[in-house]
Amino acid sequence: MIQKPLVLIATLSVLMFAGAPARAQTRPTVKIDGSSTVFPITEAVAEEFQNEQRGKVRVTVGISGTGGGFKKFCRGEIDVQNASRPIQKSEMEACRSAGVKYYELPVAYDATVIVTHPSNDWLSEITVEQLGKMWAPEAQGKVVKWSQVNPKWPNAELKLFGAGSDSGTFDYFTEAVNGKPKASRGDYTASEDDNMLVQGVSGTKGSLGYMPYSYYEENKSRLKLVPVVGGPKSPLKGKAVAPSRQTVEDGTYHPLSRPIFIYVSEAAAKRPEVMSFAAFYLKNGAKLAEAVKYVPLPAKAYELAQGHLKKGKLGSAFGGHSEVGLKIEDLLKREAKL
Amino acid sequence: MSRSEMVRIERHLNRRKVADFLFAMVGLLCLLFALLTLLALMYDLARTGVPRLSLDFLASFPSRFADRSGILSAWVGTLCVMAVTAVAVIPVGVAAGVYLEEYAPKNALTAIIELNIINLAAIPSITFGLMALGLFVYEFGFGQSILTAGLTLGLLVLPIVIVTTREAIRAIPNTIREAAYAVGASKWQVVQHHIVPYSAGGILTGIIISLSRAIGETAPLITIGALTFIAFLPTPPVSGDAPYVSFQWLMDPFTVMPIQMFNWVSRPQPEFHVNAAATGVILLAMTLVMNGAAIYIRYRFRKRVKW
Repeated sequence: MIQKPLVLIATLSVLMFAGAPARAQTRPTVKIDGSSTVFPITEAVAEEFQNEQRGKVRVTVGISGTGGGFKKFCRGEIDVQNASRPIQKSEMEACRSAGVKYYELPVAYDATVIVTHPSNDWLSEITVEQLGKMWAPEAQGKVVKWSQVNPKWPNAELKLFGAGSDSGTFDYFTEAVNGKPKASRGDYTASEDDNMLVQGVSGTKGSLGYMPYSYYEENKSRLKLVPVVGGPKSPLKGKAVAPSRQTVEDGTYHPLSRPIFIYVSEAAAKRPEVMSFAAFYLKNGAKLAEAVKYVPLPAKAYELAQGHLKKGKLGSAFGGHSEVGLKIEDLLKREAKL
Repeated sequence: MSRSEMVRIERHLNRRKVADFLFAMVGLLCLLFALLTLLALMYDLARTGVPRLSLDFLASFPSRFADRSGILSAWVGTLCVMAVTAVAVIPVGVAAGVYLEEYAPKNALTAIIELNIINLAAIPSITFGLMALGLFVYEFGFGQSILTAGLTLGLLVLPIVIVTTREAIRAIPNTIREAAYAVGASKWQVVQHHIVPYSAGGILTGIIISLSRAIGETAPLITIGALTFIAFLPTPPVSGDAPYVSFQWLMDPFTVMPIQMFNWVSRPQPEFHVNAAATGVILLAMTLVMNGAAIYIRYRFRKRVKW
């Protein structure tokens, strides 16, 4: 009685694997991968783009992280790379040796916010130096009380929450606060899942944490936002600035905001579907970035990027590393120089 | 027997009875603890997720709007991957099990193979993902496709199928084999007419249980590069034009339900967390149905086969 199904299964499997090597692409596909920070914007753009194309073009978006995505990008496996930081030196090398050239298109701004428990009524601002004191690798096991950071603060236990080391937010925050990417103390509650951080900070008295702006936006009632006093390079020296669309846009929320990018492979951009996707991204990026709670770039930035795409201006405006607290005008100038 | 001796024995007896009772209580408490935790989890998931369930949710693609999002590409992807897994793992797993139990000589080499199969079952699933990334994705050039995912999960659950097949075969009394040999049956005839049919219930149970493990796997699929946002379905296997049957879907990109769920859970908007819970309810229901089917099949076959 079992023989019939066995024969059926055997036939099916032979059929399946015989048919497998036929790899004709039926519909043009745009392959995207990379950062989870950029994902919500790209997802929104992909959704709208596919609606507009009425199913003629397929778009796939994965989340491999900025680093993992660049590996695939430089091997030529994907067409578009989501990046929450500029391309790094080693990645430039990898792309160069594989002959992959790229357009760098900034698409939005992302801000990291400092939050504390809502019952905290004495912390109205924090300086970057104080953040450095708390988060420095040397602080590990030593800085455990609020009063150790600032004698005016209470002698209460300091409980830290932050991004896990695989996250782009971690790289950026540590560079902005401790001067070196990935330089951080290790004895804090770390999570790649920002919702866990929201829960941790809102459920622990004496907590302090950092997370992407969008997570604060959705949980305003459970968290207290702490305005940040930027360092000597900050445009508003000595003044505490709270993150908002305006302060991110005019660069006064310093240094915890950064541009995020997509990289489009030059070879892929020769295919009409990839080129039209990139153009669609820049045309609708501002609207869609705002819809998913990111700060859009000024219209001029998208125009500049459109120009790069049209004129074939390749390469990165960055020297292979991210720059802390880059203002939008500076970004524009850099992109214009390309 | 003196009275004091009686009292002593009685006391001893009572002490043993108390110990017996205590252990039963502790055991019951442990069981309740496990059950209640599971129930609480399921209740929480259902309370959040069930109100979100609707036909629309099953028939829509993911979207940036939580209330317009659905899991169409995810459940279709899961079903396609499961189909490949089943087709890959059933013939190989059952054949290997039958060989090991009926044909393999009992020597050191077989013992080593057996030991390794049991070890394979305990290897973390992400290791299979890394192996598949090197072998299927790059070496064989299958890419990040349904085929790759199905084969990866197939390898992952292969040891389970082999082990359960062997268990099922071992339950067949030796007298059956001897009777068959006595009337002149060859080894293959014994396997074909007796061993496989009689152990079919156990084998099917093992297959279903291994598939219900594969359905919830996320780590190896993320490693081979399963995607997160997909708003289209794989190429349909049947079409109106010649040659009517297409296997293009095997090479199509895909996403599966656990990945979709994971993505939604990590969003800031609480509405997406509700979507994740609803996806969890469906995944849980699929697993329950599969396990239920396994129990039913075992029961039916057990009733049918009498020796």
